[in-house]
Amino acid sequence: MNRRSLVSIGVLTLATAALASASLAGQAPAASPRAAAAAKAYTPPRTPDGQPDLQGFWTNSTYVPLERPKDVTKEFYTPEEAEVAIKRAAVREASQTEPGTTADVHYDFSQFGLDRSQSTIARSLRTSLVVDPPEGRIPAVNAEGQKRAAERAAARKTAGGQYDSVQNMPTGSRCIIMGGAGPPLMNAGYNANYQIVQAPGYVMILTEMIHDVRVIPLDGRSAPPQGVRQWTGLSRGRWEGNTLVVETTNFNGKNPFRGASENMKVTERFTRVADDTIDYTFTIEDPATWDRTWTAEAPLAKTGGPIFEFACHETNYGIANILAGARAEEKAAAERAVKKGSN
Amino acid sequence: MPNRIATRLTAVVAAAAGLVMAAALATAQAPAYRAPRTGDGKPNLNGIWQGINSAHWDIEAHSAAAGPVLELGAAGAIPAGLGVVEGGVIPYRPEALARRNENRANRLKLDPEIKCYLPGVPRATYMPFPFQIIQSQNHIMLVHEYAGAVRTIYMTNQVEAPADSWMGWSNGRWEGETLVVDTKGFNDLSWFDRAGNFHSDALHVVERITARSADTLNYEATIEDPKVFTRPWKMSMPLYRRVEPNAQILEFRCVEFSEELLYGHLRKPSSRQ
Repeated sequence: MNRRSLVSIGVLTLATAALASASLAGQAPAASPRAAAAAKAYTPPRTPDGQPDLQGFWTNSTYVPLERPKDVTKEFYTPEEAEVAIKRAAVREASQTEPGTTADVHYDFSQFGLDRSQSTIARSLRTSLVVDPPEGRIPAVNAEGQKRAAERAAARKTAGGQYDSVQNMPTGSRCIIMGGAGPPLMNAGYNANYQIVQAPGYVMILTEMIHDVRVIPLDGRSAPPQGVRQWTGLSRGRWEGNTLVVETTNFNGKNPFRGASENMKVTERFTRVADDTIDYTFTIEDPATWDRTWTAEAPLAKTGGPIFEFACHETNYGIANILAGARAEEKAAAERAVKKGSN
Repeated sequence: MPNRIATRLTAVVAAAAGLVMAAALATAQAPAYRAPRTGDGKPNLNGIWQGINSAHWDIEAHSAAAGPVLELGAAGAIPAGLGVVEGGVIPYRPEALARRNENRANRLKLDPEIKCYLPGVPRATYMPFPFQIIQSQNHIMLVHEYAGAVRTIYMTNQVEAPADSWMGWSNGRWEGETLVVDTKGFNDLSWFDRAGNFHSDALHVVERITARSADTLNYEATIEDPKVFTRPWKMSMPLYRRVEPNAQILEFRCVEFSEELLYGHLRKPSSRQ
């Protein structure tokens, strides 16, 4: 069973890499004010029931950081500067997996095509995904947010060491939820792929990372009851012209986005501006954490697909191995202490 | 006046044509119900659906029985079921039947559902959770509440399964009123129910989904697996639309609910649960 699963993963990874490199030639155009102006001339195709058509396979893979680097003062790079920034980031990414390093023991991202440089990148000349505030950085966390962060840190400390129990480990390692699913949709680093399918009254977004699915109703239904809380919240969508607007509330607070509270509201906007590009922005509103809203822009570029099944939990041998390793270390330390005491 | 006659004539002709069509349909044993159409003219199967039976406990006919967890008493007991297998009994090969019985005897240890593993096909369809059909021209998605399991049915760009998986690789086609889904490329790890009924990686499932009224579907699955069964066999059941206002697929992200069971023995002894 174990061997077969590993073989499957290998096959999937290679297939993904092949697909990714096949689509390398057709990288999406850069998002820029000029592109936005050009988008006004673009009329998206329609689904048979008349919705602007967002369907297909997309990626938000990018080297643009969420926040503007401290030494960068402008909002946009020139195309030449953007190329330099991408190359610099790609080198940094690959250097994490140099032979003999800790990261290399886990994965060689470049070998398996999991690094961003080998797949389609959603190109942007922006120096940060954050577009508001204009300085490209997330606003300072307010007093209430800082207090909550301290409380969360204290609760973690009380719960013990990270490897004391599975519940103390990160939610991604546990295959509960990973970066990318959102909302908001955030570049997951690898497997940053999405599939959008539309039916009358619904838009579905499948995230490759742990087959996370969001089905967004568009029928104007009432806000969800406060009592039901979810890892990915509860979404309500509507069309504003050619833009899909999705508002999500009812988070459960177990996987806080950038330290937000469970009452965070995320407003996403999807606008298809070219056959191979969806403009995607999200606005975060959480007065319990930030005194003002903030907005980021992270375009989606078309990819070839398909999306393969990512059965993460089912073959999560890492959890058992890590916990068993921690217990073995504790046992060895205890035995050393006894020996030392008897000497 | 002439207009009225024309109207009546039209009505009579239409009625006659209707009778002729009905007769033709009856001889062809076509379904009595014709589903509303999607924008591209296909039967509209969109909706949130759920099987309402006890097949998730055992797809074969079974009597009510105590459940496997003593502490749950009557709340965890197994309701009786008439079975969903056509002909009543699954045609196991003898050695496979022995394995099924072993699975059943050890289901608390072996049932992948208990571990929150992906449910496989067709089990996902009749678990006690809803699923949503999202029907577009190129892809029809089946989004299950249990474990967030999802299937993509490729209506175009069809290829062979590129790798084994829990939910298989599905290619679909329309046969009149019926969506036919052909699924291969399974691993050998999922079960059909909580009673230990199982398959190998040679599993081939052909599902036929047909609207039988505005709020019900006919669901059939033909199961072929020469490593486990002596011949192909079929299960069938109705599926029911979740008609309550604001019905939607909610999260049942069950990894959290299975972790202590799976890894609790590796917890630091002094740590609190």
